[in-house]
Amino acid sequence: MTDPRKARVATVSLAGCFGCHMAILDMDERLIGLMEKVEFDRSPLTDIKTFTRRCDIGIIEGGCCNEENVHTLIEFRKNCDVLIALGQCAIMGGLPAMRNAIMHAAEPLRECLEEAYISGPYLRNMTRLIPNDPVLPLVLDRVYPCSEVVDIDYQIPGCAPSGDIIYSTLATLLDGRFTGFDREDIRFD
Amino acid sequence: MIETAGVGAAQDLEIAEICARFGNDRHRMLDILLDVQEARRWISPASMDAIAAAVGLTRIAVEGVASFYSFLSLAPKGRVTIRLCDDIVDRFAGLDAVVAAFAEELGIAPGETSADGAFSLEYTPCIGMCDQVPAAMINEVVAVRLTKARAREIAQRLKAGIAPGEAVLPGFAELGVQERVRAQVENNIRQAGEVLLGPVMQDRGLQAAMAMEPGAIIDAVEASGLRGCGGAGFTTGRKWRFAAGTQADRRIVICNADEGEPGTFKDRVMLTERADLVFEGMTIAARAVGALEGIVYLRGEYRYLLDHLHAVLEERRARGVLGQGFDIRIQLGAGAYVCGEEGALISSCEGLPGEPKTRPPFPVTRGYLGFPTVVNNVETFAHVARLLDQGPGWFHAMGTERSHGTKLFSVSGDCERPGVYELPYGQKVRDLLALAGAEHAAAVQVGGPSGTMIGRDSFDRCLSFDDLATGGAIIVFSSQRNILEIVDYYMSFFVHESCGYCTPCRVGNVFLKKAIEKFRKGQASDEDITYLKELSGTIIETSRCGLGMTSPNPVLSSLENFPLVYAALTRPSKDGVKATFDIQSAIDGARGIAKRRSYIFDKDFSK
Ligand SMILES: Cc1cc2nc3c(=O)[nH]c(=O)nc-3n(C[C@H](O)[C@H](O)[C@H](O)COP(=O)(O)O)c2cc1C
Ligand code: SF4
Ligand code: SF4
Ligand code: FES
Repeated sequence: MTDPRKARVATVSLAGCFGCHMAILDMDERLIGLMEKVEFDRSPLTDIKTFTRRCDIGIIEGGCCNEENVHTLIEFRKNCDVLIALGQCAIMGGLPAMRNAIMHAAEPLRECLEEAYISGPYLRNMTRLIPNDPVLPLVLDRVYPCSEVVDIDYQIPGCAPSGDIIYSTLATLLDGRFTGFDREDIRFD
Repeated sequence: MIETAGVGAAQDLEIAEICARFGNDRHRMLDILLDVQEARRWISPASMDAIAAAVGLTRIAVEGVASFYSFLSLAPKGRVTIRLCDDIVDRFAGLDAVVAAFAEELGIAPGETSADGAFSLEYTPCIGMCDQVPAAMINEVVAVRLTKARAREIAQRLKAGIAPGEAVLPGFAELGVQERVRAQVENNIRQAGEVLLGPVMQDRGLQAAMAMEPGAIIDAVEASGLRGCGGAGFTTGRKWRFAAGTQADRRIVICNADEGEPGTFKDRVMLTERADLVFEGMTIAARAVGALEGIVYLRGEYRYLLDHLHAVLEERRARGVLGQGFDIRIQLGAGAYVCGEEGALISSCEGLPGEPKTRPPFPVTRGYLGFPTVVNNVETFAHVARLLDQGPGWFHAMGTERSHGTKLFSVSGDCERPGVYELPYGQKVRDLLALAGAEHAAAVQVGGPSGTMIGRDSFDRCLSFDDLATGGAIIVFSSQRNILEIVDYYMSFFVHESCGYCTPCRVGNVFLKKAIEKFRKGQASDEDITYLKELSGTIIETSRCGLGMTSPNPVLSSLENFPLVYAALTRPSKDGVKATFDIQSAIDGARGIAKRRSYIFDKDFSK
């Protein structure tokens, strides 16, 4: 029999702070062992920006705050067998979803952008305009957790999740013996 | 300015007079507010200040009560307020056409008050007329069996300045107190049983009780096997024993006539036809536990019964069977389902917002104003009077092993003979359906929204505490009805009626309703079924009172008994994308702000 091929992992940061990707590196030297079983495909870690082949695992950081996030997330769902939401932004919307609290205004999105770029008290915006370059993706009416947009198979909690929980989840998933998280591994700090 | 000051002073005088009528007692806050509401058609900030000053409370404490009850309003209401029952049973009976007729004649939509302050039109949950729907309250007058034509006719008379009573029933003014009650509302007694609705001898139970020691009365009630008829089915004798056994200077007996569970209207019939028997039972309870004070908590929707009940009480006082030590007052409610829960009911009698209390302590040890309190249902008290007359053995012999005597069932919905049926415990659902002309029922809601929804395969189950427990509501649905529409309505009922104290009940029921809507739109997948069950479990486990502990029942019992209804509406998501996510509506606002189209999701984005 030939050697089983390495599992292909794709990752992306949507509306997140990249902290969850940093947390992937928190696996430290365990990464070396892990790399014997996996290879990173489309990911900021490899700078591969499109899918050229199907992947086994997709890891999503951040929720969806604009149309491009949605598009990317759907791409991931199409091209990955198992999709993992990593961290609170991916799971719940997280910090970016604070803007969802502006829900009672007549036009919540406009109010949010105006405060952020025009009327906020601590602003220094020489143009006095809301950025609107044609290459900017359209912003969604609110920030959506990944699971409201596509089916998500697993959610790894934490902000950011610890290197330990990321490692144990990936290691057990790859061995087909994932049964849930250890209570001690679930931390928010 | 002088004139305004003059008006202000005159207003304050009126409010001062209302407060004085209730001894400036803060515990009578609900009565005070109801009278102010009636006099002014709203509770204005100035009125709240005046009330607060008179009873020695802060303004915010008064507002806390005023804002809790749906029959009290913080904005001016019309001189005539029309409250239409918008229960699912009324909807199925043609509510829409009735609403349209009122709206068109009066020129206002539900939720609105006419500009001249003459009319308000509102929706309200079940008003206890489920056997004669569509039904409405016009101020305190009840109008039943409404049709489009009748709604038009009533509205036209109201517009011509005719008083609500006359507008609903010409000749109303000439009728006597009891005649008015019977002219407004039908009894629809379909089956009289041996205990309550058959021939009854006046005051015989009380005479027997007067000859007994208090302890012996409790023994007799316990030996009869009587269990509470309000829903929970606690053994009545045991409840009384706890209250009698608690050291105290005062004890109180309360009759729960809140009858708020949609589909229940048997207490209405008891209070119309057997009010004497109910008061007799309360008087017996008072002797048994050593109480001098009795309160009947009458739901605001039954305001039309108030004069009649006062007349019966007056007549009992004249006969010397009431008021010789023990006396009864009637506390009117103001449109809150949760006030049927005994803790909330006591809060309401104490002049507080109708919020349940944390248990223990139970009312039998610390109830009304901190004194031991017995709360029983209307029907329970009537049973007590009868079993003392006829003997506990007679009562015990009827019914089943753990449910003795007879029970009143209020049957409504899709059946030929809606109304009240008195039957011994242990009847099969099928037999009751046959009596009511509902052989073709496809689903039956036993015990109202907080009870159990069953299908045809369960019609051989028995109506008793051993199998299907019920406070009396039996709501029948034919195969024409959409199960999830019913569940959706019942969840909106609980969302509306949650007192809001517990987050799982206040928020969880909203989420349950949203999830049901998802099924109705065909956007649900298998995992939504798991979600419904898990969320229901959380709400039941973490709610403080019976409302939250039973509110997921429409969802859980329909999932259990109509699994195919749910299965037929679930489908796996297409390409793993959620059916509920709509990218077009999500980016629509941004399109408007950016004044351009999407280069990803609009094919013709460059236009
Ligand atoms: C939300 C809620 C509403 C209730 N509504 C009523 C009611 O309208 N009438 C009633 O008798 N009991 C009602 N109950 C039950 C009462 O709390 C209490 O158990 C009952 O009045 C006791 O009387 P019983 O033992 O004679 O049944 C309700 C309970 C809950 C949780
Ligand atoms: S979950 Fe925390 S660490 Fe991860 S993207 Fe969000 S804010 Fe950053
Ligand atoms: S369960 Fe619901 S109704 Fe009962 S106390 Fe809590 S919030 Fe109020
Ligand atoms: S009166 Fe409308 S359902 Fe009871």
